[in-house]
Amino acid sequence: MAFKSYVLVCGGTACQSSKSEEIYKNFIAELEAAGIKDEVQVVKTGCFGLCEKGPIAKVLPDESFYVKLTPSDTKEIVSEHLVKGRPVKKLLYQGEETKKLAKIEEIGFYQKQFRIVLRNCGVINPEDINEYIARDGYAALEKVLFQMTPEQVIEQLKISGLRGRGGAGFPTWLKWNFTKEVNDFPKYIVCNADEGDPGAYMDRSTLEGDPHSILEAMTIAGKTIGSNKGYIYIRAEYPLAIHRLEVAIQQARELGLLGKDILGSGFDFDIEIRLGAGAFVCGEETALLTSIEGERGMPKPRPPFPAVKGLWQKPTVINNVETWASIPVIILKGGAWFANIGTEKSKGTKVFALTGKIKNSGLVEVPMGTTLREIIYDIGGGIINDKKFKAVQTGGPSGGVITADYLDTPIDYENLQKLGSIMGSGGMIVMDEDDCMVDIAKFYLGFTVDESCGKCAPCRVGGRQLLDYLEKISKGKGTREDIAKMKQIGNAMKRASLCGLGQTAPNPVLSTITYFEKEYLAHIDDKICPAGKCKALITYSILPEKCIGCGLCARRCPVNCITGEKRQPHVIDQSACIKCGECYSVCKFGAVARK
Amino acid sequence: MAKMTLEELQKLRETKKRELEKREVTGKDIEIIVGMATCGIAAGARQTLSAFLNELEAQNLSNVLVRQTGCMGYCYAEPTVEIHMPGMPDIIYGKVDPETAVKIVRKHILGKVLINDHILDKPAADIMKK
Repeated sequence: MAFKSYVLVCGGTACQSSKSEEIYKNFIAELEAAGIKDEVQVVKTGCFGLCEKGPIAKVLPDESFYVKLTPSDTKEIVSEHLVKGRPVKKLLYQGEETKKLAKIEEIGFYQKQFRIVLRNCGVINPEDINEYIARDGYAALEKVLFQMTPEQVIEQLKISGLRGRGGAGFPTWLKWNFTKEVNDFPKYIVCNADEGDPGAYMDRSTLEGDPHSILEAMTIAGKTIGSNKGYIYIRAEYPLAIHRLEVAIQQARELGLLGKDILGSGFDFDIEIRLGAGAFVCGEETALLTSIEGERGMPKPRPPFPAVKGLWQKPTVINNVETWASIPVIILKGGAWFANIGTEKSKGTKVFALTGKIKNSGLVEVPMGTTLREIIYDIGGGIINDKKFKAVQTGGPSGGVITADYLDTPIDYENLQKLGSIMGSGGMIVMDEDDCMVDIAKFYLGFTVDESCGKCAPCRVGGRQLLDYLEKISKGKGTREDIAKMKQIGNAMKRASLCGLGQTAPNPVLSTITYFEKEYLAHIDDKICPAGKCKALITYSILPEKCIGCGLCARRCPVNCITGEKRQPHVIDQSACIKCGECYSVCKFGAVARK
Repeated sequence: MAKMTLEELQKLRETKKRELEKREVTGKDIEIIVGMATCGIAAGARQTLSAFLNELEAQNLSNVLVRQTGCMGYCYAEPTVEIHMPGMPDIIYGKVDPETAVKIVRKHILGKVLINDHILDKPAADIMKK
């Protein structure tokens, strides 16, 4: 029996946390109740990317895009749409255009995207190897095992211009070639899936939506450089991604796509999963390798680079999830195809996790060279409540802020670096006029100070000192000399720290000082926080001429510090106020002032 | 499943690709639209739809999209089916039982010959199209 319709339910972590699992089960139950269980296939896929609107389900062939579903909506979709062919309009995606959009092609979010890494996410069932194979899965491996020499594989990678997607952007072919040339065995292949930047989840979604692409790419690398063993280092906080990887490895072994004598080629390769305990520094490659060896995850000075002396002092290729996911496509379509996409020095696409004060938060993949404006306004739909865009933070705790003046900069490795930020792994946090830059710098630095392993002094001591200055400034006790000191310490950390964590930790501080010095000076000279974030510098007061004495603020105040007679202006007791801002946000008459 | 050889993998890919292609929408230039309103279903449109799907599979046609729609207005001639394909006029067929469905696939789609005794009409002009 052939299926007449298909329901693709998003099984990514974001949608699962809003009950997509239940929705998936309800669809199956409702279809059974309606007697059309055999006519409709329900598929649990990876992330669709538009996480803001989750849980998401897509009905094919009608291409209806259902958003923000609840488990009880399934009944109506089954009885109306799947039985009678009438899409349930009220549940379909609604764009800014205020008309209901039934089809995916009509959604602005997907229009500027180009999906290489996410080619299978939201399309296939990640727990079924057959669906991956159907989408040319393992065809690149076939090519590498039977038609190409290792030199040809590296040549294609070189032509493609692929650079590491984990942060620094090192050419992938060069890394592979170094390892291939070393005459020291055994060699190892490692996948870095220790994604730890706040707000970044590109790697998680790729692993959840398309785990086989990573396995295939690692096997290709094994054949190319002469390794028979791969490790995937993934943080234990990603249970769904781990589960899907385990299922994928199991299925690949059963079909002989991993293990001994793959496809009768005589080549052996197997992959093991290693769980990280969530230390941010373990995303740094030397610390990660140390952690796989069973030691405490601390970085080592380089050189020697892992390509020469990596895991157990043996030559090791270590790449990030997104880099791996690009490789089968490069082999299949050729390096030249990939090199056609992107800018002169940055080829291909990049996945970004778009979060913060943005309407369509979610996962987007765009060609390198796409401008920030396109990502934030065309794909992201602009700022929530149409507030003013202030800055975007890229590269997580290692990156910096980019301001409105640079919205039209094409994004690639070089341009971001010029602006004092980095590509990093691809987190992109959008900030509006209500975000205080001192506070943002403090947040990121607080994160890296917590996560510093403490091995080298510039990072351990410098980070702490920087944080102390930031705290001082946010309390209104800073001086202008503090800014000079911070620059000095930051630059020292950049040069003297042992690993990427310490070298990049001052970036959020230095870049906010560069672009928002005025805001720092407002905290220092005028003792005010223009965005109204730094609690020590703001006071809430009630304007007697506007207050009608409704008492709403007094009832909502968590510390009961607002008093007043009914229908008389109320008063805030400043000594007890904790500056939570609740009164400010609940007052309907604009009678609470924040200064 | 046991370990595969290269040939087995390639064969598996071909089979699975055809299965997955049915889900896809792009690249399909022939469209079969089956009226699945209450009257259509009562007259057996569901069996007609299945017959189309089965016959397309049997003929190994992957460029045909089968959709369902609501009432086309020919309640006296249900099940009704609309066919769009390059090189042929747009046609609505009436009283399409499973047998006729098979005929439509073989004669209309593959043979490019109209099935005269089931022709009802040409679709009304779509005012939404420019």
